[in-house]
Amino acid sequence: MLIGKVVGSVVATRKDEKLEGRKLLVVQVHNHKNEPTEQYVVAADSVQAGPGDMVLYATGSSARQTSSTENRPVDAVVMAIVDSWDLGGANVYEKWSGR
Amino acid sequence: MFLAEVVGTVVAPVQIAVLDGRTLLLVRPIKPDGTATGKTRIAIDSVQAGVGDRVLVLDEGNGGRQILGDPKAPVKTLVVGIVDYVDANGQLVYDHRRRAGAR
Amino acid sequence: MYLARVTGRVVATHKYEGLAGVPLQWIQPLDEHGKPMGGQLVACAVVSAGPGDLVHYVDGREAALACPETFVPVDAAIIGFVEQAVANGVRIGREER
Repeated sequence: MLIGKVVGSVVATRKDEKLEGRKLLVVQVHNHKNEPTEQYVVAADSVQAGPGDMVLYATGSSARQTSSTENRPVDAVVMAIVDSWDLGGANVYEKWSGR
Repeated sequence: MFLAEVVGTVVAPVQIAVLDGRTLLLVRPIKPDGTATGKTRIAIDSVQAGVGDRVLVLDEGNGGRQILGDPKAPVKTLVVGIVDYVDANGQLVYDHRRRAGAR
Repeated sequence: MYLARVTGRVVATHKYEGLAGVPLQWIQPLDEHGKPMGGQLVACAVVSAGPGDLVHYVDGREAALACPETFVPVDAAIIGFVEQAVANGVRIGREER
């Protein structure tokens, strides 16, 4: 899984019928040091994430292993909202600090 | 499947049950001519391969689970053959027998 | 399946159902020289390990099969604690921090 920040959502009126009703989030990928990268992913939501949330997403066929994405044309799914992380014992991200 | 060279061994005393007693090898993917390509992986040995051997590696879960006989095993990469020789573009680019000095 | 070193941990209380209680850790994949190979990623820790530990992990759909609940959106799982790996006569082991 990789970590990213939800920066928005995508609305598409014309889409595959199996995508109807799925919330699609635009996620900007961050690296382990919490630096934003130039990589963006559109991922289906499975945990009611919203803009500003730091999230974990899974890709590939794993993304279809949720009750809301099973058998649907989805290749990335947000599967957790991140509270904090540390590297080698040093705190890097804390949800409530606003960093 | 891809060609690889066994470059090392891995000792893992604590792991998921299905891997208990299995040998893990570090395998480096190679092109037919033997030059390295792609990411080094860990593969489960199923053919008694050893360091230095040129091998055939399966990197797909369903086939791997068939070999291990466990439909639920979270495994993906297995050594499934030891390469005798490789023929590419009509040329013998690798011959284990010659390399081993056997007649 | 790849060799990696655990570099940190991730706390997420709100996860997809079925992933409660499964620890998440940052890992750095390593090549046969013990050098970083590609970027760091987050994996479910099915086998417990801490920062500095050498592990092996499985990626793709197989990763979910290692979890207590197997129908979960997981694409990387630590499935073994590695004591040491030896390649070309060089030993790769635990890193003290």
